[in-house]
Amino acid sequence: MNKDIAVSIKNVSKKFHLPEDNYGSIKMKFLSSRRGHAKRNEYEAIKDIDLDIKNGEFIGILGRNGAGKSSLLKMIAGIYQPTTGSISVNGRLVPFIELGVGFNKNLTGRDNVYLNGAMLGFTREEIDKMYDSIVDFAELHKFMNQKLRNYSSGMKVRLAFSIAIKADADILLLDEVLAVGDAAFKRKCYEYFNQLKERKKTIIFVTHNMAAVSDYCDRAVVLEAGRVAFDGKPLEAVENYFQLFSPQQDNGQKEKKVVIDDVSVKVEGDKITFEIDASNKTDKIIEDVVVRVAVKKQNGRAVAGFDNKNIEVPYEIDFSPTESKHLVFESLNILGSGSYSVNVSLRASAGDSFTGEDDEDDNNLSEFYDSSLNAAHFTIKKDGSNAPIILPAKVGNKES
Amino acid sequence: MKTKIISRYEYAIILIKEMVRADFKVKYQQSVLGYFWSVLRPLFLFCILYAVFTVGLKVGGDIEHWPVALMAGIVMWQFFTDVTKSGMRSIVSSGGLLRKIKFPRYTVVIASTISSFISLLINLILVAVFALFSGVPVLSTLPATIFVIIEIFVLGLGLAFFLSAVNVKFRDISHIWDILIRGMFYASAIIFPISHIADAGEKGAFAAKILLLNPVAQSIQDFRHLAINPEIDSLWTLSNGNALLYLIPVFFSLFMIVFGGWYFRKKSPYFAEDA
Repeated sequence: MNKDIAVSIKNVSKKFHLPEDNYGSIKMKFLSSRRGHAKRNEYEAIKDIDLDIKNGEFIGILGRNGAGKSSLLKMIAGIYQPTTGSISVNGRLVPFIELGVGFNKNLTGRDNVYLNGAMLGFTREEIDKMYDSIVDFAELHKFMNQKLRNYSSGMKVRLAFSIAIKADADILLLDEVLAVGDAAFKRKCYEYFNQLKERKKTIIFVTHNMAAVSDYCDRAVVLEAGRVAFDGKPLEAVENYFQLFSPQQDNGQKEKKVVIDDVSVKVEGDKITFEIDASNKTDKIIEDVVVRVAVKKQNGRAVAGFDNKNIEVPYEIDFSPTESKHLVFESLNILGSGSYSVNVSLRASAGDSFTGEDDEDDNNLSEFYDSSLNAAHFTIKKDGSNAPIILPAKVGNKES
Repeated sequence: MKTKIISRYEYAIILIKEMVRADFKVKYQQSVLGYFWSVLRPLFLFCILYAVFTVGLKVGGDIEHWPVALMAGIVMWQFFTDVTKSGMRSIVSSGGLLRKIKFPRYTVVIASTISSFISLLINLILVAVFALFSGVPVLSTLPATIFVIIEIFVLGLGLAFFLSAVNVKFRDISHIWDILIRGMFYASAIIFPISHIADAGEKGAFAAKILLLNPVAQSIQDFRHLAINPEIDSLWTLSNGNALLYLIPVFFSLFMIVFGGWYFRKKSPYFAEDA
């Protein structure tokens, strides 16, 4: 294997057998073999994935629930065996994918440090030496002789994290570790991530936190239904991830009824003007189209958004047959300094989606027409703070 | 932070130590009598069985030191049921752990077996106390039982490996095992001396020999014969010193650990998804 490659995943598939009833029994085995076949469903969680992860790479793995992220991580960790294909790991890999493995709620915090430490391969003597620094980091001095069952979930995570960072390895696997914990704890996590990055560790990070992906990852992979749907730059991966949630994915073959032709954004003084050209591609009237605009920071974080039903003076947009429209929205410039991009989407109003036409997709979502990701970019320069702002924010900074 | 390279077995030993420690703490820390419970359980069982069978039904009362022999049988039997039952559950009940971390799966079963074995050692002290009160020169006879103890440990571990792996796929093995073990309790001649069967004519003598081919029965009777009263029959005395017959139970124990270990190893890569 190439020395630069930390983890090499080759043609890996994973099938799970889902028996009809949850637990097998000898009785069932006997009955079903007499009938000649065992009733069970097969579920392919991972389908033929090829992936090379380089040394020192901080790689994010994104995807919807059930896309196969955790299964992939577990196979890399060696917890699950691939059904076909092979995974080779070059370097020392942390064997766990979650914090606090082996924690026993009936033992004290102190006992759990030793137990969890053993899981990471530390002897008692080694833990004796690092015990104080673990407790210091977790800030749990008063609670170490309490049973874990009396800990809050935040305290448990702090303790687990403080032990986990003692585990030294070349390749780390992190599955949604940031899902719990308060702001202060999250900051600690991020500091630790930065340290890991500086020390050129290879990190494989499964998460739904898109901000963390764009902030930390060098590369991101989007999994969809067990396959790699995207592999590349984190920002593009985040876009790709959000696209998974647009209904377009479901009926991609369908011809678009209304399309976005052009989007532009102008920043003038205290005003931002969004201009959108859209046209009706059918020879029917299309009533009540909702035009939604989302403004995002460069790292993918959405900072503002509106649609024509959700503005100061809401109004309805109707298209006559084959009509093209030029829509203009004006807004106060309340954004901080920085680069922004705009996503635009067109869909039928949720309130009244029944048009008398063939409604093939009568899911309770309103009909989706078209979307344009990163349709336009713009930059704002202000004197004041360039902190990301969250609406509502102060208005009144002058453009420089 | 230092980089530490440890071998697979070093890791397994660290894990087993901590698991056994945790198991003991959890088991006894919340009870007032703590560790004594592991001694009290066989003691109570002894009182009941002694009252019903030895005093009530006059079974074995004519044998010298029979109460000690009864106690020894109970203690060894308790180890056998403990080790197989908790061993059988061990993999399934640590399913959460198996799904989150890669570690040698056999450590779970070995830790569970060692926990049971520690209880056995504590209980054997109880037997020794009984023996001293009964006037058995136990300090000189007990060392002879070491091979018997090893044999039942090996058998228990082998069965624990096999049953824990089977239990992952077939949960009703625990019900089947419950029934089997109930039958074995009587077939192992714990509450009555094996001579009751052996002395019942030709057929009885043959049946006693067959029963003693079961390593649990054989090891219990051997323990009684070696440590408590040489007049208590064992496979050796019943077969007039036929050493070849010993090969069967001993071989079965060895076979069980090899087969159980092999089966466990074969199935263990899939425990995480099935347990």
